[in-house]
Amino acid sequence: MIARIWPIFRRDLALLLRGAQGRGGAALPLLFFLAVAMLYPFAVGPDARLLARTGAGVIWVAALLAAILPLDRLVEPDVEAGLFDQWALRGLSEEVLLMVRIVAHWISFGVPLLLAAPVAAGLLSLDAGQLALVEWGLLLGTPGLAAIGVTIAALTAGLRAGAALGGLLAIPLTVPLLIFGAGSLQPGGEGGLGLLAACSLVALAVAPFAGAAAIRAARE
Amino acid sequence: MIAPHLAAHDLACRRGDRVLFRGVGFALEAGQALHLAGANGIGKSSLIRILAGLMRPFAGSVERAGNVALVDERLALDPHQPLGRALAFWHAIDATVPTLDDPFGLADLADVPVRYLSTGQKKRAALARLAAAQAPIWLLDEPLNGLDTAWAARAQAAIEAHRAAGGLVVIASHQPLALAGVQTLAMADHVPAPQSDDGDGDWA
Repeated sequence: MIARIWPIFRRDLALLLRGAQGRGGAALPLLFFLAVAMLYPFAVGPDARLLARTGAGVIWVAALLAAILPLDRLVEPDVEAGLFDQWALRGLSEEVLLMVRIVAHWISFGVPLLLAAPVAAGLLSLDAGQLALVEWGLLLGTPGLAAIGVTIAALTAGLRAGAALGGLLAIPLTVPLLIFGAGSLQPGGEGGLGLLAACSLVALAVAPFAGAAAIRAARE
Repeated sequence: MIAPHLAAHDLACRRGDRVLFRGVGFALEAGQALHLAGANGIGKSSLIRILAGLMRPFAGSVERAGNVALVDERLALDPHQPLGRALAFWHAIDATVPTLDDPFGLADLADVPVRYLSTGQKKRAALARLAAAQAPIWLLDEPLNGLDTAWAARAQAAIEAHRAAGGLVVIASHQPLALAGVQTLAMADHVPAPQSDDGDGDWA
């Protein structure tokens, strides 16, 4: 099993990191994330106190929207090309394949966001303590965002206007992550990190099964 | 290779509120080939997908012993990858090694990205992916589409070689096949005829 999954993981990761043929790579969500952090001070003015108070929330909104960007390229092209059918013929379960894809998706968008967060924090005048909370929050929250993203990508694969629908579906599902993630940055809100981790775990546990059921249902 | 077996019992397929076919049954053993013949839209591809286990039949059952490899209109090769790498991906998953005899003439195309291949070359690549799986049961949906006469003959030679090696083949094709001892299943015999029940002859 592992020997057959490994090439699939490597392919998923290469496609999501580098991008190819109708798929942007990891650079697009990352640039989007940094662009929001860069534009926000221009929009609200350079008041350092205001930026420090609201900046962390902006980082979370930017992270969430950056996670939505690649949704239509996560599953759809491989369903379309018949890869999921070919994997099914080889007895590889959709659950395992989607778990692999969640990991690859997280590495390609979650890790770059973690690395870019200090830059964003600098642009938004966050102090070191707030940055640490943002990093912890992103570390705990982005796996959940990846899981929700892959599930929605599987649900909307093959639908017309799947990309637009995917974005609409993702927003309500990711609200809990946003509330606890941004909430952990309020004074005394550190407990939000625990709830954030819990949301992520629930999303990770449910996502492969929900997404697999969606892919199988779409075959009928 | 264990002796493969593929049997269908009284299969029916429904798409939406229309029954495409019913009462399809056959049994195939090692070395045998079945040609699904019929007009476009009669349900050949649906039957292939039911036999592959990718779609549930509306009624009836499929009995399968042995792994299945499928060629349909979807290539399942990454368009941006060079053909050699794209095929190597499936060899890695199937834990097989590429054969040296190159029956589909792809050696010269190994460095060409899949998206630049012509229709016929893509079909040959799909057949190479099929062979890479080394599965005893081949399900082929229009495998000769886009192939010129010479390559259509070589593809059929590959099918014959697979049968000789103990494989079995189901081929949906509207083209005549030159396979020895091939059985033919005329899909038209299994299309339900509601118009004969209510006397509405306009449909025929």
